[in-house]
Amino acid sequence: MTHLDGNALAGVLAEVFAVDLTDARARCTGCGNVGRLAEAMLYTGAPGLVARCAGCDQVLATVVDSGDRLWLSLTGLSAIELRR
Amino acid sequence: MTQGALTDPATGGAEARLARPQRRAAWHVARVTEVRPETASAVRLVLDVPTWPGNDAGAHLDVRLTAPDGYQATRSYSVASAGDGTQVVLAVDEVPDGEVSPFLVHDLRPGDQLELHGPLGAFFVWRPGRDTRPVQLIAGGSGVVPLYAMASLHGAASDPTAFRLLYSVRTPQDVFFADELASLSGAATHDGSTLGLDLVWTRRAPDSSPDAVGRLTRQTLAARTIPAADRPLVYVCGPTGFVEAIAGWLQEAGHDAADIRTERFGGTP
Repeated sequence: MTHLDGNALAGVLAEVFAVDLTDARARCTGCGNVGRLAEAMLYTGAPGLVARCAGCDQVLATVVDSGDRLWLSLTGLSAIELRR
Repeated sequence: MTQGALTDPATGGAEARLARPQRRAAWHVARVTEVRPETASAVRLVLDVPTWPGNDAGAHLDVRLTAPDGYQATRSYSVASAGDGTQVVLAVDEVPDGEVSPFLVHDLRPGDQLELHGPLGAFFVWRPGRDTRPVQLIAGGSGVVPLYAMASLHGAASDPTAFRLLYSVRTPQDVFFADELASLSGAATHDGSTLGLDLVWTRRAPDSSPDAVGRLTRQTLAARTIPAADRPLVYVCGPTGFVEAIAGWLQEAGHDAADIRTERFGGTP
């Protein structure tokens, strides 16, 4: 299936974080690539959102919204840079 | 060590806080003030959002529809309006068999209310006065919406940065914001800056057009965009396949990956 990109994570992440994580640089635990979360590949076909590294396909983050609760995993991000 | 060493009393320590979006995302209730055809398959929605914090050029928002049985569907749309104010303009292209866009295109009427979450996304945003490098915008189809917002802010701010838009579109009837783009590209501002507008017709060209009809090629891209040697900031928005082809060609032509900002849409049903 085709994918979107991490820009489309901005809405759900804005419900959780006070800063915009899609514009933050983050490091992939798979290949060490550092890029903006907005540049990740985003798959929307699962019962949730799956963000994968554009370099190595590693799962960076998953978000599942069931209405009454939200599950967020950032398992593929070893570091996130938040600028002052 | 004193407290004074940690925070500057004049700013209350604001410099030590993480950068918050200038316009914080929140849920809003919008009232539709105008619905009009934009193209054969798209409408322009003008919304009044009293609590809206203003528009960053290139940002998007989420629209949430709730069915009578409580079922909810949310889709992202780029914001076409730019600058301060509580008016939000969207241009929504119908995705056949979609859950949200057919309702917005066919059923929405002035006076109706919509739930919005936004403004969203700081990555695909252009702000005037930040950088003096030229800006190249590249749009595929309805991907022109956030780029139109950038071009319109550039025009309104009389920003001296060189701005060009390469717009790949099916036919003359499919051009979004046709009159506004013509006006932006025709009217030089007081400092001489204007929008350079290049259209690529993928299905049918106007009779007056000397260009061949067909998909945007690597050669056309190179010939009708700001060269890599000028180090432009490049914003690309369109369907996923379009964006990935363009981003690849740009890098092969010598543009630095960090100078290319992309936003893909997939037409989720």
